[in-house]
Amino acid sequence: MPTSPASSNSPPWQPTASLAALRLRASLLAECRAFFAARGLLEVETPQLSAAAATDLHLESLQVRAPGGGLEGWLHTSPEFPMKRLLAAGVGDCWQLARVFRGGEQGRRHNPEFSLLEWYRVGWDAARLMDEVDGFLRALAAGRRPLGPTARLTYREAFRAHAGFDPFAVDAAGVATALRAAGVAAPAELEDDLAAGLDLALALLVEPALDPARPTFIHEFPASHAALARVRPGDPPVAERFELFLGGMELANGFHELTDAAEQRSRFSADLAARTARGLAAPPVDGRLLAALEHGLPACAGVALGFDRLVMLLAGADDIRTVLAFGWGDA
Amino acid sequence: MATYSTNEFRSGLKLLLDGDPCVILENEFVKPGKGQAFNRVKLRNLKTGRVNEKTFKSGESVEGADVVDTDMQYLYYDGEFWHFMVPDTFEQHAADEKVVGEAKDWLKEQDLCQVTLWNGQPLLVAPPNFVELKIVETDPGVRGDTATGGQKPAKLETGAVVRVPLFIEEGEVIRVDTRTGAYVSRVK
Repeated sequence: MPTSPASSNSPPWQPTASLAALRLRASLLAECRAFFAARGLLEVETPQLSAAAATDLHLESLQVRAPGGGLEGWLHTSPEFPMKRLLAAGVGDCWQLARVFRGGEQGRRHNPEFSLLEWYRVGWDAARLMDEVDGFLRALAAGRRPLGPTARLTYREAFRAHAGFDPFAVDAAGVATALRAAGVAAPAELEDDLAAGLDLALALLVEPALDPARPTFIHEFPASHAALARVRPGDPPVAERFELFLGGMELANGFHELTDAAEQRSRFSADLAARTARGLAAPPVDGRLLAALEHGLPACAGVALGFDRLVMLLAGADDIRTVLAFGWGDA
Repeated sequence: MATYSTNEFRSGLKLLLDGDPCVILENEFVKPGKGQAFNRVKLRNLKTGRVNEKTFKSGESVEGADVVDTDMQYLYYDGEFWHFMVPDTFEQHAADEKVVGEAKDWLKEQDLCQVTLWNGQPLLVAPPNFVELKIVETDPGVRGDTATGGQKPAKLETGAVVRVPLFIEEGEVIRVDTRTGAYVSRVK
């Protein structure tokens, strides 16, 4: 078939999602709103563009600059900090569906711009919030995807069962040995990076071994993986953090939130030191969050759920681009 | 040679790993929640043909391999080397048996082949997907037998032996799929 020069030179313009996937997205969004409205959570909107950014070693915030100068800022990687400022101001239980941005994250399950569903419950702990996340998932999956009974495993139980070692007793070399024994060609640097080794083992040994039909919560992470969760003292101390897995994918991450301003300040400093040591950019620390924590953040639990991944699971899709109107590369 | 960050990994990209040129077949981005990101990569070693897997920490950089695929015309065999020429520039390259490998069964003078060059030297030779070659030796044809589906061996001008239908005669030219070594049709 002859094609005119004009049409062969024009870039592909069609959506990366099917019309059916776009309709499913819209239905799920409406059901989300109804779910939270029925439970009395306030829908909020916070800025995508801020003066400060996340300091997490493994998050790459995108920096924005007006070409003529005069405006500089960072695109958020999650709405967590401003939502906590709202909580400190007394807004109470709240939720939002935020478009967030993370540099360098692209693959079958990652798009640099994606939708994060985040909600907070004042006075709740991680266990109670896990129950609500489970209820939310079942409400949206009803009639779309059959789910097996929900499982709840501690990080330690999950690793013992599926990676073959105790993550609280192992050293970096032990993790590297277990990975190699399982046929994973692990990079040599893992020999002295315990945290990265545990991350790789979680992704390649534990996650694929979980029953894809059962929503599975992994909770009680090592303190080294606390992120913004409070750490419960003990032997060993554990971070009150959980992750939800379904269909071989990580779907949500939740915390019994850290409310201690001094502890938060020292985690930010440790993050920045680790970033500097690796030659990574050190974005400005969110002083307004620290001020809000000093004023007082009510005890609360919060969770962030990958909305696009939820659409993937319910659409039976295995590439995130097929549930986004225009995936990165076609955006 | 340029280096490539894991962010630039995609299938088809050529990298230099442990001194050997490799091509990426599959690249998977793996990132556990809030943790270290990795790229799990399936690669073919272009020297040995072996496929293996490697895991890189995301953000790492790897040296690229100067590997290019070039269409060249096969000229002749001198008893030791197979000679090829780039039609546009008349630039010539000689490849030994290790490089030519199984492609030698399908090389016919004047045919266009794909020659992979590494640092300017031939690394691999891929014959055209279909070649037309003359039969130099086969049992006499069975006339009229075009339907029973019986087959017999036939030796081609390049020395390769393929299975052909019973009605095919010595001296005829046939079309062969070089990827499978299968007979496709008679060429009039």
